[in-house]
Amino acid sequence: MSVNILAIESSCDETAAAVVEDGRNVKSNIIYSQIELHKLYGGVVPEIASRKHVEKINQVIRAAIDEAKVSWDDIDAVAVTYGPGLVGALLVGVSAAKAIAYAKKKPLVGVHHIEGHIAANYIENPELKPPYMCMVASGGHSHLVHVLDYNKYEIVGRTRDDAAGEAFDKVARAIGLGYPGGPKIDKLAKEGNPHAVEFPRAHMEDSYDFSFSGLKSAVLNYLNGCQMKGIEVNNADIAASFQKAVIDVLVDNSINAAKAHGCNSVALAGGVASNSSLRDAMKAACEKNGMAFYKPSPIFCTDNAAMIGVAGYHEYMAGTRHGWDLNAEPNLPMKTI
Amino acid sequence: MKILGFDSSGMVASVAIVEDDILVAEYSVNYKKTHSQTLLPMFDEVVRMTELDPESIDAIAVAAGPGSFTGLRIGMSTVKGLGLALDKPVIAVPTCHALAFNLWGSDKLICPILDARRSQVYTALYEFENGEMITLKEQEAMDIGDLTDIINTMERDVIFVGDGIPVFKERIKENVIKNVSFAPAHLNRQRAGSVAALGLIYMKEGKAESADDVKPVYLRKSQAEREREEKDGRR
Repeated sequence: MSVNILAIESSCDETAAAVVEDGRNVKSNIIYSQIELHKLYGGVVPEIASRKHVEKINQVIRAAIDEAKVSWDDIDAVAVTYGPGLVGALLVGVSAAKAIAYAKKKPLVGVHHIEGHIAANYIENPELKPPYMCMVASGGHSHLVHVLDYNKYEIVGRTRDDAAGEAFDKVARAIGLGYPGGPKIDKLAKEGNPHAVEFPRAHMEDSYDFSFSGLKSAVLNYLNGCQMKGIEVNNADIAASFQKAVIDVLVDNSINAAKAHGCNSVALAGGVASNSSLRDAMKAACEKNGMAFYKPSPIFCTDNAAMIGVAGYHEYMAGTRHGWDLNAEPNLPMKTI
Repeated sequence: MKILGFDSSGMVASVAIVEDDILVAEYSVNYKKTHSQTLLPMFDEVVRMTELDPESIDAIAVAAGPGSFTGLRIGMSTVKGLGLALDKPVIAVPTCHALAFNLWGSDKLICPILDARRSQVYTALYEFENGEMITLKEQEAMDIGDLTDIINTMERDVIFVGDGIPVFKERIKENVIKNVSFAPAHLNRQRAGSVAALGLIYMKEGKAESADDVKPVYLRKSQAEREREEKDGRR
């Protein structure tokens, strides 16, 4: 008997629903992206995101059920992201998921958003099994996570200030690329020289933590200095050099942490994991160190509900059940040991 | 006809079941706990107490707004989820309409006021004529001073209802010329019984919507949108 999870995700600016079978087989993965709406404001506006979620939530859920060609009887549980994220946005998915689970008499399973991102790796990599080291990098999160089991984690490093994706957005804005910055810098960087400007790499002593605030400031100061001196800036070189600095830190920390914890595998997760240079650099570093490298396809790196269905499956099998009083928790911590 | 009612537009969380002319159950809590923790457990309690089969209902009525943006979304997302799962339509009941319906049959001018911050209220004006509620002024956000000016032009005794009362009571008493009264404790806040009873009337008038399409009525744009429009206006 297979286990089907209906999963719902609304933690930021994507309204998403999916049906996932046995924690690997994605039967549907519907994402309504609000990105065009937020471009006008140069970033996600929580109130606008929350309003859009309410308008789209039912369509997205209905599409996920239809596309999966399942009936309600085939659904074993409803999984939903309940944190971390924007509280108003999370509440839409949580409220709808609870109501559906209640009305259909299905168990309710709350899922941690980051655990979802990590679990996205299981979708296309059937051979991947814990333990492994996972670098989770997105617009809101940057964590280096030692995955001990399907729902057991140890955070071995985290950003001390900006998330990696946040740094991408800020630098993109400074060189006039607009929002969202990640994909735009990735594209422009391909035409630039990554060694044109040696921006600082912040390595913390005795820790796998990272910091992108100093790097971001260095880029802004460099641009400012050039402007004062009337030096023309090659934006492609800036994009490539900045990106290289971010990637070097992410890759070095991942490999060092993997070695220190005896992991033979390294995985990427989160929106920044879509970055092609990061994927290439991490792959090369893993090969050099004799480690296996895993990554989700870009569609499973962005916020999506399929990953919540995978993480939800493991929670469900482990016996996790939430009550009808489940609340959105914007700062929900991971279940670490 | 069996209608569920939900109201989480303000501090009160409230759920009700109305079957024709009988209020089968009503459960209201005016306490600080957040609605996302209370609303569904309260509904579950009512369902169990009345041995309700949710599949047996005809529609779900919800206070659609105005009110607290977050509160409205919790209520609306909950009823959208129920509507989708139970395959039932949703009736969006304007919050002020439902509050005015608390005072069914009053011979006074009825004025719901919800605190909208920035010295504004969400408000509307109603009267009852032969048992029928008539809307004299549709819901909108307005300055409390402008509201009392409008009321004074009507030259009628007026009764207020809603969570704007504790905030604006003194100003209302000062500004309004005619007799002023304030609804008592059991009638002066949102009640899902009123939402459901009014929802039943709307249902018969064919005003039910698909659970997929229904959305809250905020009466106000987000701050980011307002600021952007102001900036564009200045250009």
